[in-house]
Amino acid sequence: MSSLKLTASVLALTAISATAAAARDNVQVAGSSTVLPYASIVAEAFGENFDFPTPVVESGGSSSGLKRFCEGVGENTIDIANASRAIRDGEVAACADAGVTDIIEVRIGYDGIVFASQLDGPAYTAFEPVDLFNALAPKVMVDGALVDNPHTNWSDFNADLPDAEILAFIPGTKHGTREVFEEKVIAVGCEESGAMAAMIEGGMSEDDAEDACLAVRGDGLSVDIDGDYTETLARIDANSNAIGVFGLAFYENNTDKLKVATMSGVEPTTETISTGDYPVSRPLYFYIKQAHIGVIPGLKEFAEFFVADEIAGPDGPLAEYGLVSDPALADTQAMISSEETM
Amino acid sequence: MTDATVTPTPAPRTKGKSLMSEDARTKKRNAAEKRFRAYGLGAITVGLLFLVSLLWAIVQNGTPAFTQTFVTLDVALLEEKLDKTGNRDIDEIKKVSTFGYNPLIAEALVTATADIETEVTDKDLKKILSASAAALLRDQVIANPDLIGETVEFRLLASSRVDGYLKGRVTREDLARDKNLDAAHLDLIDVMVEQGSVERVFNWDFILGADASESRPEAAGIGVSMLGSFFMMLVVLFLALPIGVAASIYLEEFAPQNRFTDLIEVNISNLAAVPSIVFGILGLAAFIQFAHLPQSAPIVGGLTLTLMTLPTIVISTRASLKAVPPSIRDAALGVGASKMQSVFHHVLPLAMPGILTGTIIGLAQALGETAPLLLIGMVGFIASNYPDGVASGFLDPNSAMPAQIYEWAKRADPAFYERAWGGIIILLLFLMTMNIIAILLRRKFERRW
Repeated sequence: MSSLKLTASVLALTAISATAAAARDNVQVAGSSTVLPYASIVAEAFGENFDFPTPVVESGGSSSGLKRFCEGVGENTIDIANASRAIRDGEVAACADAGVTDIIEVRIGYDGIVFASQLDGPAYTAFEPVDLFNALAPKVMVDGALVDNPHTNWSDFNADLPDAEILAFIPGTKHGTREVFEEKVIAVGCEESGAMAAMIEGGMSEDDAEDACLAVRGDGLSVDIDGDYTETLARIDANSNAIGVFGLAFYENNTDKLKVATMSGVEPTTETISTGDYPVSRPLYFYIKQAHIGVIPGLKEFAEFFVADEIAGPDGPLAEYGLVSDPALADTQAMISSEETM
Repeated sequence: MTDATVTPTPAPRTKGKSLMSEDARTKKRNAAEKRFRAYGLGAITVGLLFLVSLLWAIVQNGTPAFTQTFVTLDVALLEEKLDKTGNRDIDEIKKVSTFGYNPLIAEALVTATADIETEVTDKDLKKILSASAAALLRDQVIANPDLIGETVEFRLLASSRVDGYLKGRVTREDLARDKNLDAAHLDLIDVMVEQGSVERVFNWDFILGADASESRPEAAGIGVSMLGSFFMMLVVLFLALPIGVAASIYLEEFAPQNRFTDLIEVNISNLAAVPSIVFGILGLAAFIQFAHLPQSAPIVGGLTLTLMTLPTIVISTRASLKAVPPSIRDAALGVGASKMQSVFHHVLPLAMPGILTGTIIGLAQALGETAPLLLIGMVGFIASNYPDGVASGFLDPNSAMPAQIYEWAKRADPAFYERAWGGIIILLLFLMTMNIIAILLRRKFERRW
C-alpha cells in the first residue's frame, strides 16, 4: 500500500470523526438490567409505530445508569436512566452539580421478586421471611439468645421445611434487587424473630440494629451473584438443593426448570403483586432529562408511548411479559404530558 | 616379562552385553522415551477431545437457530379498521398503530382454525404467533396501501415456544406451568403442521436481520451487529495497519539502538499482554469522555480495538522485517539505493506476506473481542436499526457480533440461548475464513532463503 493511500484513508477517517458532533436523532437509554427487557419491548414497538429510529437501550445496573444520567446535559449524555429503585438524594445532588436539574420521574409499574428452586429438587414450596432470615443471617435467635448462625439445614429451625442443606444464590450488592431482598425479607424476618429486639437489648442503637438486620451470612451458604439471572439459573441447575432469587418475569419464562415458593402463604403472580398481597415487590422507574425534550427528537413521544395504556396497561405487552401494571398509570401519563419535574 | 607373550584372553562375555540385547540402563531410557511419547499423545488426545466436544456442542445447540417456524395465514385487511376515511391517505394509514392490526390477526386465526377441533379459546389463539406479526402487516400495508380491503396471505413468525416445539426443545410437560403457551396449543399445531400451514424453514432473517426485544426471540437476527463488526474492522484495518507498519519499519530499520528504543520495545511487548478490558476503559476515557465521540458507535469501538491490535501488528511486522536477510539490504545499498529506497523497494515487499498474516490474525482477535465493548456501551438492545449509509454505519449506535452473542446469552427466554449458539457458529465461520486467508497468503507469497 503506498503511503499516499495511507494518508488518504487516515484523512478520510479524521473527516468522519469530525462529523461526529452532528445532531443525534435517536433516544439513548441506559440503566437497570431489570428494566431493560421492558424498555427494549417498548423501544421496539416505538420504532415500529413512529418515524423515529428505534431507541437504544443499554443495561449495566441502576446505579451506573443514574451515574451516566448525571454526567451532564448534552447530546453526548443519555436521555433516560432506567432504575429498579427510586433515585437517591445523593444522586439528585450529583445531577444538580453537573447541571442536570429538571428530572422527570416516571413509575412504569411493579416487579415481583420470587424465590425459586430446581423443579425436581427439595420441596421448597412455602417460605416465611423468618425462615429466610434464619437461614441466611449471620446472627440468629436460638432458645431466646442471639448467637452466630448455627443452622446448616433448613429443617434445623423449621421442621416443615425439607431436610436439605442451606444454599442460596442472591443478587450481589450492585443490583437494586438486593436492596429489596434485604429490606422486604431479611429485615422483616429479623424483626419477627425477635433478633432486632435482642440486638437493641444488647446495647445497640436502633439505627445500628436496623443496619445489622440487613446483613447476610458470609460462610459460603449464601452466595452473591453479580451477573444476571441467567447465571443464578445456571447455579440452580447445578445444585439441586439451592434456592435462588429471580424476577417474576424471568421465572415465568423458565417454568420448565424452576418451581416457585410462596412467601407468607401467597403465591407470586401479577395479580397478587398488584393487590399488594405478595410482599416482595418494588416499583420500577425511569428518569428523563427535561432539558433534552425538544432537542432529541422523539424523546417525549417515547416517554408517553412507554406509559400509554396499550403498552403499560394491564393488557399490554409489558404486563404480558411480567410487569405488574401501575394502578395510578393515568397520573403518570398526565405528569409526562405536562413535563412535571421532581 | 613372560606374561607379555601370553595372548591375552578375551574378557569373559558377560550376559546381555551384546548390542542386540538391551541392558537395564538402555531399557530404562527406552521406557522413559516411550512414556514421554505416551504423555504427548495423551495431551494431544485430550486437546482433540475438548475441541471435538466444543464443536459438537456448538453445532448441536446452534444449528436450530438457522431454521424458524412460520405460520401461513390469510388475513382480511378490513378497510373500516385500517383506513376509516377510505381515501388511502398514507398519513391516515400510519396513524393505525400495530395494536390496531392485532384484532385482524386474531380474526384471521379464528377463521383459519375454525374447522379444527381445539380446546384453545379464541382469545388465546394469538399465543401461537410472534408479537412481530402486527408490525409485519403494518409495514406491508404502508408500503402498499392498495392491499387494504383485500384478503392477503401472509407468512408470519410463530412464537418462540411453538418454534421450540417443532425443534424438540419444548415438550408438553414443559408447558404445564407456562403462561405463554398451553399443551392444547401444541395439539392445534400438530394439526396445522399436517395441513401445511405451519412449517419450519431456513431463516435468512437470523443471518441478516436486526436484534429484537426480549418478548420476541423468534424475530432476532445478527445482521445489524455483523455490520457493526464490519465497520469496526474497517477502522481497525485503516488505522492499525499503517500506524503499526510505520512504527515497526522505523524501529527496525532506522531507529538507533539505545536505551530509549529498548524501552519502547519492551513496552510494546508488554502492551500486547495487557487485558483487553483495560483498553476498554482507556477508550471510554479518551474517545467518549475526552474527545466527545458518540456513545455505542462503531467508530469508538474501532478506535479502541485499534489500540488493542497495534502491538500484535507491530510485533509480527518487526518479526517479518527481521526475517528478510541483510544481504538484500546490502545489495540494494551497494547499487546506490538510499536507505529508504532499500526498505520500501526491497525489504517491505519481501516482508509483506508476514505483515499481512499478522494483520489478519490481529483483526480476527479484534473481531472476537467483547470486553472493551462492554465499557463503551455497545452491549444492550442496540442493534435494532440498519445504518442508513457509510457515515451512519460509523457513527450510529450499533453492537458487534460477540457483544450481541453475550447479550442474547443473558436474556430470560431460553430461545435466545439457541440464538447465542447460532451466533457463535457465524462468528466462528468468520474467524476461520480470516485464518484460512492468512494461511493462503503465507503459502502463496512465502519465500525461503
